Amino acid sequence: MPMGKLVERLLQLVPVLLGVSVIVFLMMALTPGDPVEIMIGDQNVTAQEESLLRQDLGLDLPLHERFATFLGNAVTGNFGLSFYHRRPVMDVIAERLPATVELSLVALLLALVTAIPLGVLAAVRKNTILDRLATVGSLLGVSLPGFWFGILLLMLFAVHLHVLPVSGRIGFSSEVQPITHFLLIDTLIQGRFDAFLDALSHVVLPAITLGLPMTAILMRVTRTSMLEVMRSDYVVFAEAKGLSRHRILFRHALKNALIPTVSVAAIETGSLLGGNMIVETVFGWPGLGRLVVESIFLRNYPLVQAAVLLYALTYVMLNFVADILYTTLNPRVKL
Amino acid sequence: MSAAADNAGGAAAVSDRRESPFLRNLGNFAGNRMALAAAAVVGIFVVLAVFAPLIAPQDPNETDLFRRLQPPVWMAGGDWAYPLGCDGLGRDILSRIIYGARVSIFIGAAVILLATTVGIMAGLAAGYLRGWVDVAISRLVDILLGFPYLIFAIGLMAMMGPGLQNIIIALAYKEWVIPCRVVRGETLAAREIEYVEAARALGASRGHIMLREIMPNILSPVIVVSTIRMAHVIILEASLSFLGLGVQPPTASWGSMVADGRAFILEAWWVSTFPGLAILLLVLSINVASQGLRDAFDPRFHE
Repeated sequence: MPMGKLVERLLQLVPVLLGVSVIVFLMMALTPGDPVEIMIGDQNVTAQEESLLRQDLGLDLPLHERFATFLGNAVTGNFGLSFYHRRPVMDVIAERLPATVELSLVALLLALVTAIPLGVLAAVRKNTILDRLATVGSLLGVSLPGFWFGILLLMLFAVHLHVLPVSGRIGFSSEVQPITHFLLIDTLIQGRFDAFLDALSHVVLPAITLGLPMTAILMRVTRTSMLEVMRSDYVVFAEAKGLSRHRILFRHALKNALIPTVSVAAIETGSLLGGNMIVETVFGWPGLGRLVVESIFLRNYPLVQAAVLLYALTYVMLNFVADILYTTLNPRVKL
Repeated sequence: MSAAADNAGGAAAVSDRRESPFLRNLGNFAGNRMALAAAAVVGIFVVLAVFAPLIAPQDPNETDLFRRLQPPVWMAGGDWAYPLGCDGLGRDILSRIIYGARVSIFIGAAVILLATTVGIMAGLAAGYLRGWVDVAISRLVDILLGFPYLIFAIGLMAMMGPGLQNIIIALAYKEWVIPCRVVRGETLAAREIEYVEAARALGASRGHIMLREIMPNILSPVIVVSTIRMAHVIILEASLSFLGLGVQPPTASWGSMVADGRAFILEAWWVSTFPGLAILLLVLSINVASQGLRDAFDPRFHE
């Protein structure tokens, strides 16, 4: 893709990002409940101290000035203090982020390695019992409420069979020095294979729960596009030329059939963000999603605000990446 | 857009009353046995919701600590009066599921109705009036699409506080974007077609053209999309209730019932399992029925 187009596309994101920030700001600014009162809690303070605190936080300014401050701070990653932790919001978020990213990546990987082969298989064996099963499976996948499916998995594998842990990211005895903060990597770097297996056993069920709807969707997309490619002229021609079916499928068809899968995967990675809140709550996963849910009940609004903005920005960027991927992989589509 | 063009072609046939495309499509739908069965299941849920006080065997909020975590009827200690067992407060799970259907279906229907009405109006205005109206509406749509759905709803619920009315508002705030985009696209295509031009030439007002000429012709795709979306909305409501941000206790909602059962996964699997099964069954049925609807109504799926 030409550089000029890419820059143009990036510039189009600016009004969207600005609008997203306005909405996030208003969401919290209009929230009933005074942040100053929440901060004070049951401590004894004079009215003067209270108004000082209000000035300190800039809450006495008119709304548009508060937004300008909010935006200026947001650009530099300053979202103020977390009421509850009494530390900068960004520090608290940074601490929790690796757990969420790790879980999302494992879920994405799991979805890709199951959805693509199953989708291809369903297309190649169209209208067989296997194809029907895949169709029913994907319909179930998008209809299952994630929080319930997670609990079922817990009851089966953790409570009844005792083969997987109930919650958390790693057992106490397996804790390792944090290097990358991704436990699956850190444990391997330090040669703690036992700890790696422990971390893996913790991540399996949450990752399956998180990745299930995505697997269902990617499988459908792969199946449909594979069927389309297999009907196309060049595949028919390759067949006529006498190339082996195997060679046609893997050398010619699959490469093109995966174009929609890849861009849908990028879009669906965005929907993992919302799923994280549910899955982390079910499995006691110490990530950002659970932190946000907890913060809502603690009325820790600066943190909720920062996290919602962060999620939205990531989501917008993922959609942008999906767009770019789709156009670069598929030269027939023009921007 | 080819669907709009086909619809417009279909609209021309409406004047010739013998071959109504709507009836033909309905006929297609009726021929799809899976979809029909799914629609029947949805119908049963609606009946349960409407007549819950007559159908539910017990008072859904009556606690009885002697029946705490009583197992379902087919297990030892079960009782026919409480067929699916009781929860941690001794409340009848079946009755709570029946009453919970009210919450899911009412919220699903209210959100979709509200969002579709707003979406149709906004989409018609954007697609037909163009200009700054279109720019303003399309920008707003882009911005709202910048939020992951659940996170947007969670943010709003954090701000407004839990409650039935607030869930409907929080979900509808973003949901209208989807019918709006469909309607805008269809309207853009429809405004160039002869019947709209003819109405314009006859001096019809813009309001008349949008509501009387264009809207009836673009309704099918909107209805199809709305039914598919209803399944999403029901899952979202259940998710919010599961997180404790939805309908407040003691009102029975499927999401919060599943959440209640989390405390008892070691000893009473039925507390979480049955309400979740109800969500799955309703959402699956809506999905299957709406796929049937789409196949029947969308000319692109006719083979």
